[in-house]
Amino acid sequence: MMLEVEGLTVQFPTRRGILTAVDSISFSIAPGEVLGVVGESGAGKSMTGLAVIGLLEPPGRISAGEVRLEGERIDHLKHEEMRRIRGRKIGVIFQDPLTSLNPLYTIGQQLEETILTHLPMTKGEARQRALSLLREVGIPAPEARYGNYPHHFSGGMRQRVVIALALAAEPRLLIADEPTTALDVSIQAQIIALLKRLAGERRAAVMLITHDMGVIAETAQRVAVMYAGRIVEIGPVRDVIHSPRHPYTAGLMGSIPRVSSEQKQLVQIEGAMPRLNAIPPGCAFNPRCPRRFARCLAERPELLAAGASRAACWLHAAP
Amino acid sequence: MPLLKLESVSRDFDVSRPWLNRVLEREPRRILRAVDGVSFEVSKGETLALVGESGCGKSTVARMIAGLYAPTEGRIEFGGRRLQMIFQDPYASLNPRWRVSKIIGEPMILLEQKKPVAEFLRQVGLSPDDAERYPHEFSGGQRQRISIARALAGEPELLICDEPTSALDVSVQAQILNLMADLQERLGLTYLFISHNLAVVSLIADRVGVMYFGRIVELAPAAALFTRPRHPYTRMLLDALPDLGMTGKPRTPVAGEVPNPLAPPSGCAFHPRCPYANERCRVEIPRFSGGVACHAVEEGRI
Repeated sequence: MMLEVEGLTVQFPTRRGILTAVDSISFSIAPGEVLGVVGESGAGKSMTGLAVIGLLEPPGRISAGEVRLEGERIDHLKHEEMRRIRGRKIGVIFQDPLTSLNPLYTIGQQLEETILTHLPMTKGEARQRALSLLREVGIPAPEARYGNYPHHFSGGMRQRVVIALALAAEPRLLIADEPTTALDVSIQAQIIALLKRLAGERRAAVMLITHDMGVIAETAQRVAVMYAGRIVEIGPVRDVIHSPRHPYTAGLMGSIPRVSSEQKQLVQIEGAMPRLNAIPPGCAFNPRCPRRFARCLAERPELLAAGASRAACWLHAAP
Repeated sequence: MPLLKLESVSRDFDVSRPWLNRVLEREPRRILRAVDGVSFEVSKGETLALVGESGCGKSTVARMIAGLYAPTEGRIEFGGRRLQMIFQDPYASLNPRWRVSKIIGEPMILLEQKKPVAEFLRQVGLSPDDAERYPHEFSGGQRQRISIARALAGEPELLICDEPTSALDVSVQAQILNLMADLQERLGLTYLFISHNLAVVSLIADRVGVMYFGRIVELAPAAALFTRPRHPYTRMLLDALPDLGMTGKPRTPVAGEVPNPLAPPSGCAFHPRCPYANERCRVEIPRFSGGVACHAVEEGRI
């Protein structure tokens, strides 16, 4: 496994007590595999990504669990060591390409700097590599655009530059947090095709965090569905989409509008996800769940085998 | 007699650099045409959706109808007495210092007969007790419900909804879309629905106008548009949708990017990205006729 996460817990101490944003989650990603992490805002998916790359904003901290990259623990590394691993072994793509690019430097300078920091290359070699990266992510006429500043590029092109930056040092793990959310549909498809191709060709492990099930359906092999800080279902994409095992996943799938269907009314999950300081006892989904029974109110379910997937739901407990 | 009628409405924005720069650097004035000759009608009780990618001019059309911008050219006729608008961002569109009762009560100032705020809260699925709370006490979906209640309080004939669910999570979006459909049925509302999301539009719209680069390129009943799209741009948008059914059909990415509005392409604005473009498309702007503006369709090439 390229990335292994075990019992990862992220907590925020506040004046009114400790909030648990990510609650003991475990997953792994193999080389060349894309794991989709899906959930609604506040479910803890971005927090999981930030914890893996060591970019949690204090006072948030990892309070339990382990993160291993190529078998080595990276969750307790010092700031400087982690910084070297990010960029070298872990590439990161965020939603807004502008926050990942420095407006004062040309994209050529930024790529060269990243390459020279992480790889033993001369300036000339770095330039050649930067140009071939730009070509690979589909920027037309890279020589002509090399000296351009980020503001010269459109949103889709900027996101390509960010992907080129993330790939500059041949990372083993790529974390993409909503990489297509800020883009138009037509550009979205281009970026997804690109991510997919790169993961396959370079045998990198990709963690794709998004709220868009459509993006996951097309890109990922496996998907983890998060709710209130926990993984409630994890399994092969096809199984999770076509036969969801957790009532939350089922509701989520039904609430997605689709062009090709005759539906006139969407499936509706009543209520909203609980706030971190008001997570109900038992299963966190129980107040909204149409299939809850006594056990759901009292005991919190762990992930249980359910078909080809695993779901944290007492419906799948052995009788 | 339609409730709303637009006749070749256009809107220019002056995006010139400051006067001194223009004089010193000898730059001309720069005018951006955001909306170019848009015409359509909306009948009472129906939902017309305008879809398109960012920068296509759909929100500018909405704002002109609401009177927030004046059209540069063309006419807008509104056959009703009142219209209301629902905005995308439920965090920015409610005054944080006002209680919900005041927010919802505000549009009623213009009305002779005022209904109780509690009635509107109930209509959008909130509790009458929520009237005394402030916007920050609500989630995004609940805030959008408050926006809808505020819009309803003005007793509008027409509701202009500019991306009303784009900032919401998908399960909350489902709640709001169901609510809007339900309200339309009960109150006989007319919606002009602006969205970039084709799937949402397919669910809520009776008719759909597809905008590209300031113009309507195709306007058709929703069922026809989604089963038999005619304009190459509409086809591309539909092909580019994520495939949730996982039929294994690869989605066809739309090639190229939306052109720079300050340097619009000659002829049909879509021709640099269009697989069917020929010489005529490069020089002549297609006229909108029979529900579509495309030379290739007109000539029967596609």
